[in-house]
Amino acid sequence: MTPGDTPLLPRGVRLHFDRVREGWVLLAPERAIRLDAIGHAILSRVDGTRSLGQIAADLAEAFDAPVDDVTRDSAEFLDALAERRIVEVA
Amino acid sequence: MEAIRPPIAMLAELTHRCPLSCPYCSNPVELAARDSELSTAQWLSVFRQAGEMGVLQLHLSGGEPASRRDLTDLVAGAREAGFYTNLITSGIGLTEKRLAELDTAGLDHVQLSLQGTDAAMADRIGGYKGGFDRKMAVAGWIGKIGFPLTLNFVMHRGNMHQLPRALEIALEMGARRIEVATVQFHGWAMLNRGALMPNQAQAREASRVVAEARAALKGRLVIDYVPADYHASYPKPCMGGWASTGINVAPDGTVLPCHAAQTIKSLTFENARDTKLRDIWYDSPAFNAFRGTDWMQEPCRSCERKTVDFGGCRCQAMALAGDPAATDPVCVKSPDHGVVQKLAAEFSEGDDSALTWRSMTAPVG
Ligand code: SF4
Ligand code: SF4
Repeated sequence: MTPGDTPLLPRGVRLHFDRVREGWVLLAPERAIRLDAIGHAILSRVDGTRSLGQIAADLAEAFDAPVDDVTRDSAEFLDALAERRIVEVA
Repeated sequence: MEAIRPPIAMLAELTHRCPLSCPYCSNPVELAARDSELSTAQWLSVFRQAGEMGVLQLHLSGGEPASRRDLTDLVAGAREAGFYTNLITSGIGLTEKRLAELDTAGLDHVQLSLQGTDAAMADRIGGYKGGFDRKMAVAGWIGKIGFPLTLNFVMHRGNMHQLPRALEIALEMGARRIEVATVQFHGWAMLNRGALMPNQAQAREASRVVAEARAALKGRLVIDYVPADYHASYPKPCMGGWASTGINVAPDGTVLPCHAAQTIKSLTFENARDTKLRDIWYDSPAFNAFRGTDWMQEPCRSCERKTVDFGGCRCQAMALAGDPAATDPVCVKSPDHGVVQKLAAEFSEGDDSALTWRSMTAPVG
């Protein structure tokens, strides 16, 4: 995924707050993936309209981190999900 | 022992009724009759309790779940309980209208079974004429609505050569995932080992096709693969460990750690009609019988893989070694491994046509 790409969560994939374990999970076909704070921060910004570049810029500001690092880490995270067909590019 | 964690997934076997009669059906040989099934209200109570306990994913299965007239209400209730809701179906019994209702009720995902890649094979295995054509029509409606789809291809000696075509069909249907599962020998499949057991060459070829397709279809189609375990060196980590992540409810409300658990006659399983789900999960002796690793005998007890495969399948240990606490005989370290290999070799040369199709009345003998 490159900064110009726009990631989206396809139908059948959604974020869910697990009240029992007190944390966010990503629910997908046959999968429940526990998210850490970073994972949730990335995915909660994935809305099918914002590009990876925009998401990374927003995260860099929110977490006061270098935008290049954030872009690379977010791309890696989203690519791994895309390989499992849990994230798509609009 | 470590603290018991709440279950993540529930398999609700809504009914044992099914229009098909696959000879490898994993339902028990003594099928539950319609009048023993839980009512709508009872299922909804089970769902609510499961949601409160921490279950995230609900698999609605059977039999054929579409044989329940209240399927849409059950899906709506499942979504209300907060689940990711998956329908495991042969497609028979679903209409375009019913699928639209399930969509409105909030169904998240559909898993469609494939008995063969053409009508001749599929209808013979399923024992249902016209089933294949109907299934293809259902797949079309699923695609039109846009449900995410997983295709489930159960492989055995008779249809293993159709794997490449099954992968193509998955792509044509727009499925995101395919489960390629070599038949597991539980329930009705146990009666049909001579006709269903793949031979070693077939098992190897299937693994090769899967590896190749995984590389070629990366990012397009996710392939989950269950290899032929009688030919393997180590067992599967069945259910991720007994009573660790999944909870099953049979049509009559019996609560089980896995769908085949009732083959272990020394265990007593409680019923959701009488006992709270939470009490069964945490306190039932049957659930605690093989939890963790304390119950293990040698060679598992001192094996470095014991937290990888948890000693394999308890039901298979029961069936093949006569002891549910034994090492799964599929394992090379099991003293019974030689017996399994011999069985696998014998069965794989069995009679192709000696099939017992599933029926509501158990076969004698
Ligand atoms: S395996 Fe075949 S007979 Fe058994 S429930 Fe599934 S479709 Fe029905
Ligand atoms: S001995 Fe037991 S734990 Fe070790 S690999 Fe075999 S089944 Fe698994």
